[in-house]
Amino acid sequence: MSSRWNEAEATEIVRRHDVREGALLPILHDLQAAFGYVPEPAIPFLAHALNITRAEVHGVVSFYHDFRREPAGRHVLKLCRAEACQSMDGEALARRLLDRFVLDWGGTTPDGRVTIEATYCLGLCASAPSAMLDGEPMARLNDESIDEIAREVSR
Amino acid sequence: MTTRFFVPRDAAARAVGADKVAIALREEAGRRGIEIEIVRTGSRGLFWLEPMVEVETPAGRIAFGPVAARDVPGLLAGGLPIGLRHPLCLGRPEDIPFLKRQTRITFARCGVVDPLSLADWRAQGGGRGLDRARSLGPAKTLAEVTRSGLRGRGGAGFPTGIKWQTVADASADRKYIVCNADEGDSGTFADRMLLEGDPFALIEGMAIAGFAVGAAKGFVYIRSEYPDAIRIFGRAVHLAEGDGLLGAGAGFDIEVRVGAGAYVCGEETALLESIEGRRGQVRAKPPLPAHRGLFGRPTIINNLVSLTTVPWILAEGAEAYASFGMGRSRGTMPIQLAGNIRQGGLFEAAFGVTLGELVDEIGGGTRSGRPVRAVQVGGPLGAYFPRALFDTPFDYEAFTARDGLIGHGGIVVFDDTVDMARQARFAMEFCAIESCGKCTPCRIGSTRGVETIDKIIRGERSAANLELVEDLCQTMKFGSLCALGGFTPYPVMSAIRHFPEDFLRSPVNVAAQ
Ligand SMILES: Cc1cc2nc3c(=O)[nH]c(=O)nc-3n(C[C@H](O)[C@H](O)[C@H](O)COP(=O)(O)O)c2cc1C
Ligand code: SF4
Ligand code: FES
Ligand code: FES
Repeated sequence: MSSRWNEAEATEIVRRHDVREGALLPILHDLQAAFGYVPEPAIPFLAHALNITRAEVHGVVSFYHDFRREPAGRHVLKLCRAEACQSMDGEALARRLLDRFVLDWGGTTPDGRVTIEATYCLGLCASAPSAMLDGEPMARLNDESIDEIAREVSR
Repeated sequence: MTTRFFVPRDAAARAVGADKVAIALREEAGRRGIEIEIVRTGSRGLFWLEPMVEVETPAGRIAFGPVAARDVPGLLAGGLPIGLRHPLCLGRPEDIPFLKRQTRITFARCGVVDPLSLADWRAQGGGRGLDRARSLGPAKTLAEVTRSGLRGRGGAGFPTGIKWQTVADASADRKYIVCNADEGDSGTFADRMLLEGDPFALIEGMAIAGFAVGAAKGFVYIRSEYPDAIRIFGRAVHLAEGDGLLGAGAGFDIEVRVGAGAYVCGEETALLESIEGRRGQVRAKPPLPAHRGLFGRPTIINNLVSLTTVPWILAEGAEAYASFGMGRSRGTMPIQLAGNIRQGGLFEAAFGVTLGELVDEIGGGTRSGRPVRAVQVGGPLGAYFPRALFDTPFDYEAFTARDGLIGHGGIVVFDDTVDMARQARFAMEFCAIESCGKCTPCRIGSTRGVETIDKIIRGERSAANLELVEDLCQTMKFGSLCALGGFTPYPVMSAIRHFPEDFLRSPVNVAAQ
C-alpha cells in the first residue's frame, strides 16, 4: 500500500470493474485498499472514467463513513460505540484507549502509528465491548486488552 | 485413527482467541503424536462459551469451553478420548440447556458443518429445498412461502410471500433478488453468523427466490464491518459456481457488494441506491422496489434470515414451519441476546417466548451480576423495556402493542448502572450521525434532540426541556420519510416514559453526583 496517487494503478482498478453495473462503491473500496484513502485526484479521474459529474463522485465519497480523505495510520483501530458495547462500559474503555494514545475520535498519532475510529456495531455484541484492529475482530475487551493493543500497534 | 476436532471460525470466536486455540491444538497434537484433523466451523452461538471446541467421539461430539490456548496442553494431557471429567467439559452440545431449549430451523447447520464444504452441506439436508421447488414449479413454490406465514426478519415483518407474488406478477426484461445483509442494528449478529457458518443456505434461498419469480441475478449487500463474512461468503459463491449450484446451468448468479459504513443503507431503497453507485439516500415510495427496484427493475429485497429460512420451508413444507409460533407470527425467530448478559448468544425459538424468560432464564441475567434495569429490543430504533414489561411475548403484534418492535431480533441488556437519559441522548445522536439528510425532522430534529437532552442531563429546566423533546419526537415520528427519523422516538420516548427518574434532574443533584 502506497499513499501516492498513481493513475495507472487507478486505471487498472477501474478496468477490473468494467462489467459491473453501478461500480462506484467497489471501485472506491479498491482505491482505498490500494492507497489507504481516497486521494483528491481520484475524484476528477473517476468522474471522467465513469462519465458522471465530479459533484456526484464527491457526494458519494463524503456520504459514506468508510471513505477516508486523508491517509490513516499504519494501524487502524475501530472501537465499537453502539449500545451493546455501551452496556459493558465500552465508552470508558474507549476513553482510556484514546487517552493512552492522546487521540480524539478519528485522529492519528503524530508518528503515524495508529488511527482510532468509532464504529457502530461489529456484530460481536454478545462478547462486548469489542473492536477491530486492522480488520481483525477483538472482543471481551478489558484493561489488559489496552496493553495488548498498545503492544500490537508498536510493532 | 484420526480424531476430528471442531473449532469455530466465526468472527466472535476468533475475537476471543479461536485461531490461537486451533494453532495450539495442532502443535500440541503434533508434540504428542496424536493424529487429529481440525475442522473450522461456524459458531453454535453460545458466545459466553467461545472458543468452544468440539471433539468427535463414538458417542457423538463432546464440547469443551471456553478454551484458551493455554488450556490445550491440559486438554490433551491424558491422550484421547479427553476425559469427560475435565473441568472445561460441557458434555454433548445438544444437551447444553441453552441449545436444548431452541428450535433450530434456520440455524440447524450453523456451528455444525464446515461452512465451505458442499459435501457437508448436502449431507445435512442442503439443496433439498431447491430440488423440491424445481419439482413443484414456480407458482407452487411461491404458494409454499406464502402459506408458511414467513414474515420479513429485517424489521418490518412484511409477509414474504406477498412481496414475492408482486415481483412474480410484474413483467420486465430482468428481475433481481437482493439480500439485505447490512445488519446495522446493535445487538444483532444472526446474518453474520449465517454468512460465516452456513453460506450455502443463503445461496439456496436466493436461488429458490429467483426460480419462484423469474429472476436470474442476485446481489448480496454485506456491511463492511463484517470482513470475515465477506471473505467466507465470497468463497462460498465461488465454490457454488464451480459446483453448478450457481451459474449458467443453474440459471442464477450472485454478486457480492460491500457497504461502506452507512447505517441507513440497511433501509431497502437506500441499499438499492448504494448498489447502483450512489449516496445511500432513501427513495420515496411508491414505486415499491417490487415494482421498480434495482436499476428500475422489479426486485425482491429481503433480509438474509428471511431468505435463509426459505430452503427449510420448501424442504419440510409450509405447514411444518407454520406449526411453530403464535398469532400472526409464524415459525421461529433467531433471537440475539447481547450486551450485559451472562449467557449471550443466538437463541432460535418459536415466537411466543417472553422477554423475561429470554433475559432472566435463558440469558441468566447480567454479566456484571447486578440487577437488570432496562433492555433495548430491536436495535437502535427499538424501545427500551423495563422489568415491568418482561411478560411481553416475542411476537410482532405484542411488541407493537407496547410501543416497541422486535426488529431484527436483537436484545441488549443493561444493568442498574445505566443512565437512561444518556441512552436517550445516544438514540438522537445516532440518528444525527446516520441520517441520510433528506428530511428536516430527521436531520435537524435529531441534532436539536441531542442539545436538548444535554440540557436535561445538566439539570437545566428539566420539565420544560422534556416537553420540548416530546414535541421533537412527534415531529420526527410524523415528518420523516423512513424509520430512521420515524422510529428514533421509540428509544427516546420509552426511556422517558419508563425511567422518568433519570430525566428529572435538578442542578443540585447533578452537582452532587
Ligand atoms: C434505517 C433503517 C435501517 C435498516 N436496516 C436494515 C438492515 O440492516 N437489514 C435488514 O434486513 N433490514 C433493514 N431495514 C429494513 C429494510 O428497509 C427492509 O424492510 C428489509 O430489508 C426487508 O426485508 P424483509 O422483508 O425480509 O425483512 C432497515 C430499515 C431502516 C429504516
Ligand atoms: S428519515 Fe432520515 S434517514 Fe430517513 S429518509 Fe428522512 S432524512 Fe433520510
Ligand atoms: S454493539 Fe458493539 S459489537 Fe455490536
Ligand atoms: S422503512 Fe418503510 S418507508 Fe422507510
